[in-house]
Amino acid sequence: MKQIMEIDRLNLHYGEFHALKEMKLDIPERTITAFIGPSGCGKSTFLRTLNRMNDLVPGVRIDGSVKLDGQDIYGADTEVETLRKRVGMVFQQPNPFPKSIFDNVAYGPRLHGIRDKARLNEIVERSLRGASLWEEVKDLLNKSALSLSGGQQQRLCIARALAVEPDVLLMDEATSALDPLSTLKIEELVRELKQDYTIVMVTHNMHQAARVSDRTVFFLNGELVEADETEKLFSTPVDARTEDYITGRFG
Amino acid sequence: MIKRKELDEGLDQLNKMLQEMGDHVESALAKSMHALMTVDAKEAAEIIKQDPELNRLEEKITELGSKLIATQQPVAKDLRRILVAFRISGDLERMGDLSVDIAKVVMRLEGQTLIKPLIDLPRMSEIVQTMIFESIQSYVQENVDLAYKMAKDDDEVDALYSGIIRELFSLMVGDPKTINQSMLLSFVGRYIERIADHATNIGESVAYLVTGKRPDLNA
Repeated sequence: MKQIMEIDRLNLHYGEFHALKEMKLDIPERTITAFIGPSGCGKSTFLRTLNRMNDLVPGVRIDGSVKLDGQDIYGADTEVETLRKRVGMVFQQPNPFPKSIFDNVAYGPRLHGIRDKARLNEIVERSLRGASLWEEVKDLLNKSALSLSGGQQQRLCIARALAVEPDVLLMDEATSALDPLSTLKIEELVRELKQDYTIVMVTHNMHQAARVSDRTVFFLNGELVEADETEKLFSTPVDARTEDYITGRFG
Repeated sequence: MIKRKELDEGLDQLNKMLQEMGDHVESALAKSMHALMTVDAKEAAEIIKQDPELNRLEEKITELGSKLIATQQPVAKDLRRILVAFRISGDLERMGDLSVDIAKVVMRLEGQTLIKPLIDLPRMSEIVQTMIFESIQSYVQENVDLAYKMAKDDDEVDALYSGIIRELFSLMVGDPKTINQSMLLSFVGRYIERIADHATNIGESVAYLVTGKRPDLNA
């Protein structure tokens, strides 16, 4: 299986604080990788290094390599805009723009220079279908995105991320603000999306990682403790700290 | 996050019930063998009367284990502990049934004199009682070495069983009047041998609990 992202000897410091220590991880293409670990373990910070969301954090220092398709995303020849087009992100709180549903999805493609109305229509429909939202909103495209429910808003944010045709989709606790039914819909959606995209998700819900992901990575105190097939990690983890965490002995 | 307290209490409860089942089975086998040696139908009837208690414990283990899975979402070793409790309680319940089968043989022998002094059958039973005890101990202590040691004793049980069958067979050939009792006694040998197989199953479950892999100790 092709590794779409390869992270090697990645270290991140916030000032004096060593937040990520010698991270090494390969992310296989068209799979779902879940990051788990207690609060403050570094999982979200690590996720954010994958599309350089930490660059603007004051006092941050990053070394080591993060490769996307073999190219170092921290290299001098990588443009952040191009990187973020290829590595999209969905956040914990649904954050649609205060614009129409259509304009939310068309925002990225327009930013990247697409003006043709027919082309935009096509992208919006495809993206909304991709995010399993089309049937619910196809007659409301000019309505404000803020009129949607929380779960619909989050799927809209996924559609917005899909509109620029990324390779990798990062999801930072994308269901933690949603009710169980909306969560289930997103989980199903994520499983469908992996046919075309590589998904990396941070989740506080271990059972969500167990239900949804192909591979799970356990973080603790800024260390990457264990990365394995989800089935293996949740049945026979190798590291005792992983076992203690997934069985609820701490965290 | 998992409510660890409730899960731990439930797992403890499963442990206790399995130990209780183990004690019950060990004593049921000892008593049924005693009843056989003394051809005591009254003692045999008592063993049969107590068997439903084992079934009740097995049901309770199934109920509690299912409840823990449904409400606590256990993973890794916690989950294996429950899966293993289901299996072990099933093994123990069958071991209890086989002890009852021996007691039923005693009921059918009521009023008869044994055709021969019983030597190898009690020896077999003693080994198997130790196996039962050790299988439960290996579970409680999560001691895989003990589980393997216990499973080795099964070879001796099998050897004794073959010897008993051969001996009873030659008795039957020599004197057809012994056929009825010889058949019943060979059944007893078979029942004890089956109990030992279930004990080795428990050993396999212990290895699975501890390592996540299931060996074949009956091979």
